[in-house]
Amino acid sequence: MNAPAVTAPEVSLRSNSAAGKRLFDGVFRVVLYAALGIALAALAALLWRTWDEGKGAVGWHLIEKQPSERPARAGIQSGVYGTLLVTGLCAALAIPVGIATALYLEEFARKERWYNRLLDVNIQNLAAVPSIVYGILGLAFLARGPLGWGPTVQTAGFILALLVLPTVIIASREAIRAVPGSLSSGSLALGATKWQTVRKQVLPAAIPGIATGSILSVSRAIGETAPLLLLGGLTFLKQNPTSLDDRYTTVPLMIYSYATSPKAELREIAAASIIMLMILILILNGVAILIRNKFQRRW
Amino acid sequence: MSLRATGALRRRNISERIAKMMLMGAASISVVTTVLIVFSLLEPTIEFFGEVSLREFFTTTKWSPLFNPPKFGVWPIVAGTLWVALIGIVVALPIGLGAAFYLSEYATPRVRKLVKPILELLAGVPTIVFGFFALTFVNPELVKRFWPFGQVGAFSAVGAGLVTGLMIVPIVASLSEDAMAAVPDSLRQGALALGSSKREVCLKVVFPAALSGIVAATVLAVSRAIGETMIAVLASGSQANLSKNPGESMQTMAGFIAQAGSGDVPTGSIEFKTIFAVGTTLFVITMLLNMLSIRLVRRFRQVYE
Repeated sequence: MNAPAVTAPEVSLRSNSAAGKRLFDGVFRVVLYAALGIALAALAALLWRTWDEGKGAVGWHLIEKQPSERPARAGIQSGVYGTLLVTGLCAALAIPVGIATALYLEEFARKERWYNRLLDVNIQNLAAVPSIVYGILGLAFLARGPLGWGPTVQTAGFILALLVLPTVIIASREAIRAVPGSLSSGSLALGATKWQTVRKQVLPAAIPGIATGSILSVSRAIGETAPLLLLGGLTFLKQNPTSLDDRYTTVPLMIYSYATSPKAELREIAAASIIMLMILILILNGVAILIRNKFQRRW
Repeated sequence: MSLRATGALRRRNISERIAKMMLMGAASISVVTTVLIVFSLLEPTIEFFGEVSLREFFTTTKWSPLFNPPKFGVWPIVAGTLWVALIGIVVALPIGLGAAFYLSEYATPRVRKLVKPILELLAGVPTIVFGFFALTFVNPELVKRFWPFGQVGAFSAVGAGLVTGLMIVPIVASLSEDAMAAVPDSLRQGALALGSSKREVCLKVVFPAALSGIVAATVLAVSRAIGETMIAVLASGSQANLSKNPGESMQTMAGFIAQAGSGDVPTGSIEFKTIFAVGTTLFVITMLLNMLSIRLVRRFRQVYE
């Protein structure tokens, strides 16, 4: 690489008012604190308000009861089953495919080939496609159209897998890239083939980073709502889905139903469901951060 | 010694090739996804424009495709989308940039280690939760009370925009911080040696040097705000409304798709095709923004790596 092509911007040396400069320095620092403070305060307000609205209805009984229009009997059991099945399917599909794609791009693909560059740009672009567009894809190809799976667990799981796949790929690529080249050079020098090197040296060394990225992606899938609105998930299902071709609903979809209900008491159920969803996501995020801090080696 | 591969070696070569093919196969899935998205959007959209003229879609200003008689002027929901995204980015840019400057230039490693996971938590909050917050707190308690222009009902574009802004703060902050971290330390040290203060280093050295990355972060955040669905559905309302006052209820493009698509829309009906036509419009807008952002990121990487 050449020397940085950026010329150092001009720095003013006039110090005709050192006090004024110090004042600006102080103001700037305060502005930065304020920016961070506002973000943290807003997050705190969000968590506090939701807790305040839902604390009265939080408890295992929410999971024990099925959805209902009557506040006293309302729960989210079928949604919990649906979320577990749909996210489970999503993870089972997206994680292996994501890791394989990342391995191909980092270890096998020759970067100067046009199709590999296209693949790279394509993945970055897919990561930023609005989630509702994936819902349209599912509506056109999976729920109806050529496959015609209908509004089922299978349809939802596949679409969420496609949705989180780019995130899994990007996170796995970063983890693989962080493995030092000396490790694979050593393995290759001892006579191992490329694939043996990848499987026995690179992949094990990258696993903590991949695990962190995968957990964060799955926790994103758990909270995803918009595409499932188009895939028939918005129903008050009284029967738990148990197989891939059953009808489904999920916890975020139940939250949406309860939040938009005209009955104010049902909003409490929505808030309580959010609390339980957030606890689950917090645990997953905590585990992901723990893995990152504990196992990630600095080479 | 024979140079021809013996049995074991040949088997090894074959399994090498199979492994590579399988990895390539997995990689091709993401290309197939893009192709499928384009195809799924294309056909119903073409059929839609067979029934509704491009002229009506892009030049008239009434949007009520689900009513009788249906009207297909797309501008009201485009305007609603832009209002929400604009308010969002006006909120997120100063907050996200301020947080990035603080974390990259001011914070001690200990503070960083504490604050970063909190920002990551904010990034992990599901959009339905943001939507609920906008519906039950920001709209009734903040917007209704403090919005200076006219009456505010249960829904408002400004409430949705504020919360969308909060949602995209982590995108602006973390990508801008990455760009700032890529600025070589020698530039900072040079400026400090010449007598600059930290603020001057931030504003006159780091900011211009990281600018393309910061713009990329902003563009990506705008793209995310434009495509955001749940906050719009819950807080911005379902009334297509071409207005200069974002305190009113407005429908966004993503909001329309979600609302029209939640019911059991018959395949092939005009409602069904409208969902795809709006989806295409949304996809094209966000894709152009994403490509722009990818380009800009590549530029700052080229300069410093």
